[in-house]
Amino acid sequence: MKIRIKFAKYGCMKFIGHLDVMRFFQKAIRRANIDIKYSEGFSPHQIMSFAAPLGVGIESTGEYLDIEVDTMTSTEEMMNALNKAMVEGMKILSVTVLPDTVKNAMASVAAAKYQVSFDRKWIDDISGKLSAFYAREHIMVTKTTKKSVMELDLKPGIYELWADECPEGKKKAFTITMLVDASSSGNIKPMMVIEAFAEYCQIDLPIDNCQITRIDTYTNLGTEDGERKLVPLGEVGKA
Amino acid sequence: MERKLALSDEILMQVEKPARYIGNEVNSVIKNKEEMDIRFCMCFPDIYEIGMSHLGIQILYSMFNSWDDVWCERVYSPWIDLDRIMRSRQIPLFALESQEPVKNMDFLGITLQYEMCYTNILQILDLSQIPLLAKDRGEEDPIIIGGGPCSYNPEPIAAFFDLFYIGEGETQYRRLLDVYKENKKAGRTRQDFLEKASEIPGIYVPGFYEEEYHTDGTVKGRRKLYDKAPDRILKEIVTDITDTYYPLKPVVPFIQVTQDRVVLEIQRGCIRGCRFCQAGQIYRPVRERDVDVLKQYALEMLKNTGYEEISLSSLSSSDYSKLNELLDFLLEECKAKKINISLPSLRIDAFSLDVMSKVQDVKKSSLTFAPEAGSQRLRDVINKGLTEEVILEGAALAFEGGWTRVKLYFMLGLPTETEEDILGIGDLSNKIAAVFYETVPKEKRVNGRVQIVTSTSFFIPKPFTPFQWASMCTKEEFIEKAYQTKKGIMSQLNQKSIKYNWHEADVSVLEGILARGDRKLAKVIQTAYEKGCLFDSWSECFHNDIWLDCFASCNVNPDFYTVRERKDDEIFPWDFLDCGVEKEFLLREWKKAMREETSPNCRSKCQGCGARRFDTGVCIG
Repeated sequence: MKIRIKFAKYGCMKFIGHLDVMRFFQKAIRRANIDIKYSEGFSPHQIMSFAAPLGVGIESTGEYLDIEVDTMTSTEEMMNALNKAMVEGMKILSVTVLPDTVKNAMASVAAAKYQVSFDRKWIDDISGKLSAFYAREHIMVTKTTKKSVMELDLKPGIYELWADECPEGKKKAFTITMLVDASSSGNIKPMMVIEAFAEYCQIDLPIDNCQITRIDTYTNLGTEDGERKLVPLGEVGKA
Repeated sequence: MERKLALSDEILMQVEKPARYIGNEVNSVIKNKEEMDIRFCMCFPDIYEIGMSHLGIQILYSMFNSWDDVWCERVYSPWIDLDRIMRSRQIPLFALESQEPVKNMDFLGITLQYEMCYTNILQILDLSQIPLLAKDRGEEDPIIIGGGPCSYNPEPIAAFFDLFYIGEGETQYRRLLDVYKENKKAGRTRQDFLEKASEIPGIYVPGFYEEEYHTDGTVKGRRKLYDKAPDRILKEIVTDITDTYYPLKPVVPFIQVTQDRVVLEIQRGCIRGCRFCQAGQIYRPVRERDVDVLKQYALEMLKNTGYEEISLSSLSSSDYSKLNELLDFLLEECKAKKINISLPSLRIDAFSLDVMSKVQDVKKSSLTFAPEAGSQRLRDVINKGLTEEVILEGAALAFEGGWTRVKLYFMLGLPTETEEDILGIGDLSNKIAAVFYETVPKEKRVNGRVQIVTSTSFFIPKPFTPFQWASMCTKEEFIEKAYQTKKGIMSQLNQKSIKYNWHEADVSVLEGILARGDRKLAKVIQTAYEKGCLFDSWSECFHNDIWLDCFASCNVNPDFYTVRERKDDEIFPWDFLDCGVEKEFLLREWKKAMREETSPNCRSKCQGCGARRFDTGVCIG
């Protein structure tokens, strides 16, 4: 039986890297006494697939992992047992049974929604400027990897982009929200968009006063090239 | 309620492995600080991954936190990246759980597992903004308490500590904390507390004594500065090892640490009496934990941690009398739950190979033998019971079972060692390789050939061992010996199957100085720290040249502590401590070693070491 687990990661847990989160869940599943399936072979491992690795320092309210189990009582009980095995900063948000035909979490990822919140106003008329930035035909950035430096157009991978100004006196000054490509072939990191925007505004970006949160992770139920139909991974398989 | 971290996001994002500094691990303990009488911070003065692998702290952490009036937290050495930031921004070192400054605690307990952490102790104090020297501390500063194996010669670092706890922590801590609580409630001073503490068994207050020296630099005696301080301090020991604290909910780290598994301590002490080994003497007598209790602990700890591996811990697992029963049980339980069993310190015989083949992937794992010396003569000198015959038989069985990798451990520079003994290391490595080619027919050789990894460390005489009188080699002699070993291996027929590793010589010499040091060394350690020495056990951080400069500038001759052979009646800096084993026994063993005579183990015949007085364990069983 395939199970999809949605969880949030916040507070000090944002400093725990992806591999350590995987190790954390392997142990949590044992602590929660879940009857997880193991692979065959001499050193069997739990059958587990994470949707999309989350960068260190980023919080999330929409992380997913899929597991396979041999037996279970109910999704509610599993969720309770898992939550008892969590720590502050890790919370199970939902547990759903997946139809056998659904692709695993990792293969399903098409997009992610991020919210970047700034605790200080570093630009005036954020909404207007961001709209103008997004309205351009191309949003070219230079991507430097270990092997190469290449020009990249972000525009086709940014599906939605907007800003919200927060009321005075709040911890946050304003937020920028974006829905971007998170597939393995075209993954866009939220900071790439923010940096391109800052460059467009010709302003030095105050990186140390922002917090990125992944709001949710999406799969595409439409066609690959034609019309996208982005659905949160947690909605898949629900009646 | 969310905890506020001591370090800003900006700092945590720029240091390596921020998870080292955030706490919040599964089974870490958060208490309401308003309800606490005592705040205790436990420290392992090395990085998180090393410190978190230590069983002793897990035991004390769970014991302290089982008490309603105490909150015990942890702190480890910040790695050099964070060290730099904390210094430049004057951020006080903090405990992982509360993220509050260590200087606000009542106690800072530091475990002393190896000599090369001594500069790290000063880093911890310094970053905590606590005066380095005990004599400079005031009423507001925490009480700094040391414990662990190096506290069996605490003199080189005595100036930095208010107290040392000599022996096993389970027995007297409650009393110590009660004395502290009472003292605090009555509004009495730090000095009052130290005086009261010195009357507790196992507690050593270094400030109450002065070391006096002969003109040649050896110890003449000790002068007491507080009349009621005891003349000798006997180590503390748990009499009933089954009925005591055990951490059934050990803290589970997020990041991978050195010992990343459930650790089940099956016994304490060792019956073997190898003459170089300090652990074999100071943890006497051997006490076994009840096998039924161990079975229950194993299940509970696996459940509480979610670990996928369990390791049996002891100095010599094969000597645990119910090992078969315990392993059969674990095999059965772990098979269903897909849990690995790791079995360090096992004698290689048919039984252990059978067990190992059930729990390990034979093709991937390697077997370890520790003959320690290259010849039977020298193995008799060090009282290492392992014979060549036993090693070769074990190897043959292992090769038949499918193993193709063997690790061999030896020591160089042991007392009475000759060139012949050194060449014996290559010979024995070669014979083991030959056994493989004789035992395994060509068509069955999985990887084509056998892989033998021969490693040598340099012998360092330690306090409370029969070799505490021995002279230690110089760095040049060590390097020459390693060279001879290498040459010996290279001349062997199967040399292509043998890989040779050796330990660094200069760091071994420094360890030797500190191990048998006296109070004159405190100044050298402090100077070395002030000149930038830190993480001396990490080869990339070790600066031998700075240390040598510090010895020179402090007018301390390092050779005095190492190459000098001690007279039979010399008073050692650690003689005022009583580890249960008598000096007369150690001297007897030293003489026997020189005569190349072996001694039987505790179980076959009592040698009258003195540990009988504890009236427990193998001494009465």
